[in-house]
Amino acid sequence: MLNVKNLSKTFLKGTPNEHTALQNLSLHLEKGDFVTVIGSNGAGKSTLFNAIAGSFLCEAGSIVLDGADITYKKEHQRAKQIGRIFQDPMKGTAPDLTVEENLALAYAKSMRNPFTSARRRKDVDFYRAQLARLDMGLEERMRTKMGQLSGGQRQAVTLLMSTIVTPKLLLLDEHTAALDPVTAQKVLEITKDIVSENQITTMMITHNIGQALHTGNRTIMLANGRIVLDLQGTERENITLPELLEMYKEKAGKVLDNDRMLLSDAE
Amino acid sequence: MEIAASALLLGLQYALLALGVYITFRVLNIPDLTVDGSFTLGAAVSAVLSVAGHPFLGLLAAILCGAAAGSVTGFLQTKAGIHPILAGILTMSGLYTVNITIMDAPNVSLIGKPRFYEAVYALLPNADKDVLKTVCVAVICAGITAALILFFKTVFGLCIRATGNNEDMVRASSINTNAAKITALSIANALVALSGGLIAQTGGFADVNAGSGMIVVGLASVIIGEVIFGRRSLTLGLLSAVVGSVLYRLIIALALETNIFSANALKLLSAVIVGITLCVPAVRKAIAEQKIRKGARKNA
Repeated sequence: MLNVKNLSKTFLKGTPNEHTALQNLSLHLEKGDFVTVIGSNGAGKSTLFNAIAGSFLCEAGSIVLDGADITYKKEHQRAKQIGRIFQDPMKGTAPDLTVEENLALAYAKSMRNPFTSARRRKDVDFYRAQLARLDMGLEERMRTKMGQLSGGQRQAVTLLMSTIVTPKLLLLDEHTAALDPVTAQKVLEITKDIVSENQITTMMITHNIGQALHTGNRTIMLANGRIVLDLQGTERENITLPELLEMYKEKAGKVLDNDRMLLSDAE
Repeated sequence: MEIAASALLLGLQYALLALGVYITFRVLNIPDLTVDGSFTLGAAVSAVLSVAGHPFLGLLAAILCGAAAGSVTGFLQTKAGIHPILAGILTMSGLYTVNITIMDAPNVSLIGKPRFYEAVYALLPNADKDVLKTVCVAVICAGITAALILFFKTVFGLCIRATGNNEDMVRASSINTNAAKITALSIANALVALSGGLIAQTGGFADVNAGSGMIVVGLASVIIGEVIFGRRSLTLGLLSAVVGSVLYRLIIALALETNIFSANALKLLSAVIVGITLCVPAVRKAIAEQKIRKGARKNA
């Protein structure tokens, strides 16, 4: 489904602050793969997502999504096929628009004529049914402004928005990290449901190693802009946290320095 | 009564300016300074074509020229990456030359030349001419407001609203933010230019300096409307801009009537009104904080 080949990206090239964020990175995802992505800060996780989504162009390499070369496509053009959620719940929705209008905006991806009414009867019923699945009572608050919802509610709606027209690829950039543990768990469960139901090819960045190993079917670890570890199948099922940390040390040549990762092994 | 009637006539024409400013300032969240130039542009085009005997064509041309001016600003803001305020100033400044070239003089008089509302005079020869003029303007204003309300309920209208609200989100959801911004700026400036075009024909002249300070007039109207109706929905916002514009004209007319202010004080008066209303939220916050401090001292 997704084929990333020899992708390279350097920030601030030619300055003393030059930083290589992606080094010759290659990655192949099958349709329906749910890949969790781990790695310390600055490893290139978000850069990889930004490169795939088209926030910038890469110096080298190619990105092919479902057979189509999107390496040089514009961000908003790629967004038709790539759903994306950020860590910050404020980033994914328009606060002064109602819940319904936000969903209509996302659903507009499927419409050809931009001058159709944004509030067609059958669409509204469809939104209501979708919101009801979240089990947050939002189907009764469709005309509430998005800004009045809690972070968890907003993130759940964002999730709905990025999957309401089934994307070919879903990029989740620590989308539960800003939520309290209970809400985070709930949003994660909804994510799993939606992803498995629609067989969406998904990549999820997380700092929670337990979550990384128990969600999806594959885990990759990034360090210095390269994939240093690619776990799937039985190898992934049998690995323990200490082993994983040891592997990281070996592959990346340094100790895993992220407190959040070490502390979150409780699950 | 006479004051109210003339305030209504002027206010309904300036309402289009207020609608344009509302679209950029409130919907798109960018103060667009092109307005000062595009208002005069509309007046100039409309006046010159009226002199040539085509008042209706003049209004149509004003709309198109305004839209063109707006898209220039839009292009500078988006593709060229120039700061929105500077982009507006650049277009406005350039338009001065364009306007004076169109008029071929600093001002154009329309005395004895055809106007857009005269066609209606011919249809109803017995009716009061001033009333007819106001009705003409009101119909144009109502039609455009209704069209805008419907437009902002479409998917594309929603995209424009979202662009002004959360650009990050919009970019991640397959909407071309540049197209949304350029379109909104074109629509806004088309309205402003039409406002200028109407004013030139009803007032009987176009002046190259007619547009100076128009952004403040537009803002004042929008803000007065919001003070009365609050900021709830976009539909209400558009309607309140129209009402705000009429009230603004009434306030100005009454202020001038008292003879405390000379006509030259108009700009300062408008600026002060806008300045005071825009600082209301900050003042409210300061008062609330002061109350909390006092309360804390009492309880300590």
